[in-house]
Amino acid sequence: MNALTRRGVALAAAAALLTAVAACSDDANTPPAEVPGVSATEILVGSHMPLTGPAAAGYSEIAPASKAYFDYVNANGGVHGRKINYKFLDDGYNPANTQTVVRKLVLEDKVFAILNGLGTPTHTGVLDFLKTNRVPDLFVASGSRSWDQPSKYPTTFGFNTDYTVEGKILATHIKATYAGKKVCFFGQDDDFGRDSLVGVEQVLGAGAVVAKEKYVTSNTNVAPQIGALKAAGCEVVVLATVPGFTALSMGTAARIGFKPQWVVSNVGSDYQTLAKTLGAGKVLLEGMIGVSNLPSPVDAADPWTAMFKKIHDQYNSAAPFNGNAVYGMSVAYLFVQSLQAAGKDLTREGLIAAVEKGGFKGPWYAPLRFSKDDHSGFGGHRLTKVSGDSQEFFGPVYETDSESGPVNEYGEQRPTPPANSIPSA
Amino acid sequence: MSILRNSTLLRHLALTLLAGVVLYLLTLQLEPFRNFQLATVAAYLCATAGLTVLVGLNGQLSLGHGALMAVGAYTVALSQNRLSDAGVTGNQVLPLSLALGVLVTMAAGAVIGLAAARLRGPYLAGVTLAVAIAVPAATVTFDEVFNSEQGLPVYVEPPPLSLGLYFPNERWQAWIALAGALLTMLLLANLVRSRIGRNLRAVRDDEVAARLAGIHLARTQVLAFVVSAACAGLGGGLMALLAQSVSPGAFSLTLSLFLLMAVVIGGLGSLSGAVWGALLLVALPDLTHDTTDWVTLSPEVAQRLEGNLPLAVFGLTLIVVMIAAPGGVQGLLRRLGALVRRRVPTR
Repeated sequence: MNALTRRGVALAAAAALLTAVAACSDDANTPPAEVPGVSATEILVGSHMPLTGPAAAGYSEIAPASKAYFDYVNANGGVHGRKINYKFLDDGYNPANTQTVVRKLVLEDKVFAILNGLGTPTHTGVLDFLKTNRVPDLFVASGSRSWDQPSKYPTTFGFNTDYTVEGKILATHIKATYAGKKVCFFGQDDDFGRDSLVGVEQVLGAGAVVAKEKYVTSNTNVAPQIGALKAAGCEVVVLATVPGFTALSMGTAARIGFKPQWVVSNVGSDYQTLAKTLGAGKVLLEGMIGVSNLPSPVDAADPWTAMFKKIHDQYNSAAPFNGNAVYGMSVAYLFVQSLQAAGKDLTREGLIAAVEKGGFKGPWYAPLRFSKDDHSGFGGHRLTKVSGDSQEFFGPVYETDSESGPVNEYGEQRPTPPANSIPSA
Repeated sequence: MSILRNSTLLRHLALTLLAGVVLYLLTLQLEPFRNFQLATVAAYLCATAGLTVLVGLNGQLSLGHGALMAVGAYTVALSQNRLSDAGVTGNQVLPLSLALGVLVTMAAGAVIGLAAARLRGPYLAGVTLAVAIAVPAATVTFDEVFNSEQGLPVYVEPPPLSLGLYFPNERWQAWIALAGALLTMLLLANLVRSRIGRNLRAVRDDEVAARLAGIHLARTQVLAFVVSAACAGLGGGLMALLAQSVSPGAFSLTLSLFLLMAVVIGGLGSLSGAVWGALLLVALPDLTHDTTDWVTLSPEVAQRLEGNLPLAVFGLTLIVVMIAAPGGVQGLLRRLGALVRRRVPTR
């Protein structure tokens, strides 16, 4: 027998074997049974996070904080007797990796749900996959409006206040406080910047923003844009920037002697993160206006901050307690609340129905908007201001919609934290 | 059997068919996640096979194949989205989009190839490096079309209903990607054993001798670049279909370097080596991840290793392979095969 024939026979034999096995399987026409990721003692939940790469700074601290809260809940009996196993994988903020990582979680690890997947470009790519597999896709960590499409993506729910709502609230403050001043805009060249600008112009009027500039995260030279803003005579600059670029913008402006009033998006206005980046230049942050919806990590008098800090010190003490930690724990708190509401017989449909029923109260100031035909997250923010070495809330909580609705004050107070720090149904 | 031995085309066709049948049966057996990985291997294989022909057989270095994949991917994305906007949907437009991706990448490859044919060694590396950096940057400059760093979603039709209502999407993806990879391998295998293939090797081995033998140097080199680009374009297009999105971050310089590392580890200049390379590109990150799962580490260390470890392992593998087996995985197998054959007396 010559080599070629031998190879041919071997391959043919392998093919015949495979055919014989293949004849036994027919999964193309049968729907899958049972609830993936749920046993009598455990719920497996997955997430994709930028633990390395360009977005890792700060954002990599979110998932460990969520896990710390779950560890606390597990140590206190879990939810309906089940412990939460939170498995978050690194996607390096690269959409191609997100595809692989989320498939691994859903198809191989068989997670019950995806929680708090981070990033607009990364998460956009897996929406169709999660929908096809009917996986609950809860509380996406981004303020894009794409998550709110209940008829197209029935299992996806947002978390962050969306960027348009945020823009409207910032603009309302500008209109009331800086009337007659020249308002300009500097934003990221994606949904983040664009949606934010839509909100700002919704309130101020289309022609009111004198100059608009944009940046991309791969180019850290913002001197041309900041120079253009200075040349346009801007007095108030709205920033739809990530923390690194908030710091860059302020530093660059200071160097060319440009001192406008900065009004900054929630994502890019966490004082601790910015102060750490700017170092000695943190004096530039004085007077900065921002917005937030979650308790301030530096305000020890806030009962929710105190509650999270205690759990953080016990289960995640190696990480800093900052805005990211509070964010991660708030997400985890809301998830536990949803599980409680979904009841003992946990199914994917049951969880979706429970979230759609809404009515969740917690550490957040503005209300969650969840309902059958609204899958967007929070509907508002409260303004913050930097003075001295701290960032404090001021004024009322504002709420509004993502369209042309008015910006209203939201009067309802937050509840006090539950005694055992675990929400009931 | 003698017909097969005498006709390269028929032999390759038969082998491709056989591989196709085996892979088809394999996709029926595999779990959806493994099928997705198989599809990713197939997409990478298109690119690595093209690259190994360029680098291994023609001796031209390219650090810009990741960017060429991006050209293919963005073309497929734009074509799929435009067609679905225009109301032209269905799975039959897929080959059209992929073909368009290949054509556009070939044009890009021809331009780079024309420059490359005039350059040698580090200068050639420099030009292709510039391509690897310029293409992702172009998506930011022309953000109206390419939507900057956020990238574009890619419209992909679900598997045809005739396959069954619960037909796993991953199996469908694997079929598409494998079809592309098999076609690439068939065409390349024929090419390298043809007159053109001999020309490519002649130019690599000695340019003066090749010219004396009547081979047009520049033409051969540009041709090699165009062929290689076409393969990269197909690979990129398949990646876009698998990821259902394209963004510059997915086609960074790292990808270009990874592709080159993969073909070197697999065995430079050999198409089978390209298969090993593509397998490694998918398997190494997964394997390292699973090993970190076994070992219990403090969460802090685990978080730091996550994502960084595959890079380190890939680098280490490259160093080890270069020292222990300069011919790559395929070279090693060949040596082993020869060893076994010497021990076992022939019948």
